[in-house]
Amino acid sequence: MYERLCVIIPCYNEADCIAGVLRDLAASLPGATLVVVNDHSDDASAREAVATGLAEVLSLPVHLGIGGAVQTGMKFAVVHHYEYAVKFDGDGQHQAAEVERLLQPIRNGEAEVAIGSRFLAGVTPHFHSPLLRRAGMAVFRIVNSLLAGQRITDNTSGFRAYNRRALEFLAEHYPAFDYPEPEEIVLLAHNRFRLREVGTAMAARTTGVSSITGWTSIYYMVKVLIAILMVAVRPAITERQTL
Amino acid sequence: MNWIEHLTRIQIISLLGSVLFLLGILECVRRQLLKEAYALLWLALGGGFLVLSAFPGLLELARHIGILYAPAALFLFLIFGIILILIQYSVVLSRRTEQIKTLTQETALLRHRIEQLEKNADSAVDGKPRQS
Repeated sequence: MYERLCVIIPCYNEADCIAGVLRDLAASLPGATLVVVNDHSDDASAREAVATGLAEVLSLPVHLGIGGAVQTGMKFAVVHHYEYAVKFDGDGQHQAAEVERLLQPIRNGEAEVAIGSRFLAGVTPHFHSPLLRRAGMAVFRIVNSLLAGQRITDNTSGFRAYNRRALEFLAEHYPAFDYPEPEEIVLLAHNRFRLREVGTAMAARTTGVSSITGWTSIYYMVKVLIAILMVAVRPAITERQTL
Repeated sequence: MNWIEHLTRIQIISLLGSVLFLLGILECVRRQLLKEAYALLWLALGGGFLVLSAFPGLLELARHIGILYAPAALFLFLIFGIILILIQYSVVLSRRTEQIKTLTQETALLRHRIEQLEKNADSAVDGKPRQS
């Protein structure tokens, strides 16, 4: 049973697959609380999620972007005293059967945040992405590995697990705008949270398209790199508070 | 009123302009169209203009830092002031973004909580769903 686990599912226009995602999660994780954060979808996502009867549905009155949605779920998990939380995409990319593997290092105290990686050996056969995206991921791999002081292979992965301490921290300080994943890693490492990457299988997305293409990807790269460098030069938040 | 004769036409116009500008800003604050905090930089800009209009000789000082054409110093002053105000806007905008995000999240959490409470209240009243 997973009664102390909260699964946070940010959802923006995923009406086609959200119900399937919820059914998979409920089957794999009996007793876990599934929280769908509907980021002001234009489609029937929220209705589909409510109709399954499997999830708590939080509906944002305006669109905030993925980071703002995820942080809402984290606040929910903190307020309702969950011990662990897992972030799980609503588009079918992540696999419910992999959650337990991701949670393992958190449960036995080896890490406070676990990052599901597509690239760690022996799990996913091969991921073919466009050249530009591969280049972007390589940049994040180098920059983040340097700044985090440990090798992080999959910095854009949204499949992550958190312990209570990390949740409390992120509910307050999550880098909550459009593309927070790489920044989140540097923020956590910089504040001395113990991170661990876990090789997890991921599916190619079943519906929808990536929101990061063409010019947007250049904007994304520049913006996120600036954000990461700024996080790295700021004093750690945990230290700032004790001063 | 001897000194008035020494004023050039452009000086009179710019003095009048600066005074009207300052009065306009103060009037906006008085009518509560503009918060004092955001009026400060505008008042500083208008005040600077007033001083420069009254003592145009100040612009000639720019020569010492290599600005040979005095009106260029005026433009420099103006552009610098406007940039300062625009940066203030970006800062305010960023703060608002953060505040709106927090309010949005809180709204979603509270709405969920109300729904839960209503559901519990409904089941407490002999299990009948309430008419809404």
